Amino acid sequence: MTLVLEAAALGILTGGVYALMASGLTLIFGVMRIINVGQGALVILGAYLSFAFFRSWHLDPLLTLIITMPLMFGLGVILQIVFIRPLKTDREALSVLVTYALALGIEGALGYVFTTNYVQLRAWYETASFAVLGFHITYVYVFGFVLCIAILGALFLVLYRTSYGAALRATMLNRTAAQLVGVDVDRVSAIAFGIGVATAAAGGVVFGITNSFNPGSHYDLISRLLTIIVLGGLGSLRGAIIAALIMLVTEDITAVVISPVWATFVFFVILVAVLIFRPQGLFGVRVRERI
Amino acid sequence: MTGNLLPRLRGRVGWGPLKTGGLLGLAIAALLLPLVAPDPATTNIAVFTVMYIGLATAWNIMGGYTGYISLGHAAFFGFGAYGLGLMLVHLNITPGYGPFVLVPVAGLLSALLAVGIGWIALRTRAATFVIVTIAFMFIMQLLAENLVKLTGGGGGLGLPYSHDWGGDFFNTPYYYAMLLLAALGLFVSWWIRRSKFGLGLLAIRDDEDKALAVGVPTRAFKLTAFVISAALVGMIGGVYAYYVTYIYPQFVFDPLIGISMVLMAFLGGLGTLSGPVIGAVLLEPAQLEFAYRLGASRLYLVFYSAVFLLVILLLPRGIVPSVAELLRRRRTRTVVS
Repeated sequence: MTLVLEAAALGILTGGVYALMASGLTLIFGVMRIINVGQGALVILGAYLSFAFFRSWHLDPLLTLIITMPLMFGLGVILQIVFIRPLKTDREALSVLVTYALALGIEGALGYVFTTNYVQLRAWYETASFAVLGFHITYVYVFGFVLCIAILGALFLVLYRTSYGAALRATMLNRTAAQLVGVDVDRVSAIAFGIGVATAAAGGVVFGITNSFNPGSHYDLISRLLTIIVLGGLGSLRGAIIAALIMLVTEDITAVVISPVWATFVFFVILVAVLIFRPQGLFGVRVRERI
Repeated sequence: MTGNLLPRLRGRVGWGPLKTGGLLGLAIAALLLPLVAPDPATTNIAVFTVMYIGLATAWNIMGGYTGYISLGHAAFFGFGAYGLGLMLVHLNITPGYGPFVLVPVAGLLSALLAVGIGWIALRTRAATFVIVTIAFMFIMQLLAENLVKLTGGGGGLGLPYSHDWGGDFFNTPYYYAMLLLAALGLFVSWWIRRSKFGLGLLAIRDDEDKALAVGVPTRAFKLTAFVISAALVGMIGGVYAYYVTYIYPQFVFDPLIGISMVLMAFLGGLGTLSGPVIGAVLLEPAQLEFAYRLGASRLYLVFYSAVFLLVILLLPRGIVPSVAELLRRRRTRTVVS
């Protein structure tokens, strides 16, 4: 029982990181109706950027975010303008292919620069732990969780308390109507993509401290992130956060109760079960229009 | 809707005598290839190219005709591969030509799997469908890795192979098996294209709700297309397994295989008959060449990604529709002058 509780607690803490990465993905979908299959690769790119600063300047991995998040934001804006904006017809299908191509390109480039050997970000809080009620919790999970909550909180503030957020939510609800009332949807989209990619940088750092990774790690990551946002309902920020927590908690509990090799499988079974009864996901809106 | 569809159909089908002659020539060339260029390096490329012609054509039956983009067709490829592999190992089949007889059984197994997956996945549309198919592919990969007693897990599964075939002849039987499956795929695709069923599929692609409203049984049609497509992919997976003689979960349930067939269909022209063939013939040899030359440095991925991006940004409709458009414009211009 203690083990299960410990697993659940760990699941919630790591779930925060996935919630952050998935929220960027679902935000991009909500605004642009595109699936960014490259989000996983961008997370790994973020992890490698931090790794590069960490290796050459010996910066604390979490501190590198001050540099990598703006960098990745800029990269996101550029990617949106160069690769996503030109797609006029059949956006949804083509965007999957374009972002997949970007993922391959990033994987190839990272493999060329950093080789395919596994690396990991190191910090004192990676192994140090403290005890709460008899559980041992490693600092990194707490730091990562707090960081993710802070960024998610900031994201919600931007979305619900600023005029940019209002424009963004208007674009999510109805792109054409938003355009008619004077929202510059191209600009909103570019910035939203930038924000989504910046969350990948933040997610990447925590992922890079808690896991060893190589350029090919994005396949596993993106399959998890995509299933999270489908379970939560595409375009729903709330859904992405709750689904991320469900995923990581079930995985960690399964790993303890049954076996680690079945951890991801159990989550997939939950996803399938939910889709049978709610094809639109937990918080999704049923799609009627043909996109 | 018919008024909208017919000119488009005519635009794609109406290639005329050029097409018949060209097709005949291509068929003869494909049949004679192992005799003209028998060295294993060439026939190996030929086996994989023909394999991708079959895969892209099969994928196009679902993705091109109905507009439902499946990125998880590698699930059926791997299932067919493991299906055939396990049959050969457990039924103690003597290697030789016998295993090819079991390929349709592997296809049938994949079809059964597709009924189950399709039943669930086709409740969703558009983006969600894309993701659900990816999820199912990873489910299959996980199962192949975790059911160690059945599949051998991550250690892979070895298939028996014939010791009688050697030298230049080794690749030949596999080449013809792949060619036969590609031809079957093209025939099925062509037949569907001109049937009422195919018209229903195109209607689903253009506007699913309207198609339903005018009486197209959309659910049954979509599922049928999905199952046919999966059966073909499964059979090709079976031949692939027998060809490479050793399969691993991550190399048959491989997202790259799933995306490659999609890219080839897109490059050639979605929903056309010749598009997937052209896409496969252009991309697969290049992909093999680059993987061979630059494989160690991973740079081939950058190359692949660049080709991919250029194709989509410059030719979002694919080669065949773009060329057809160009020809049509030129024709109208000559008529006018």
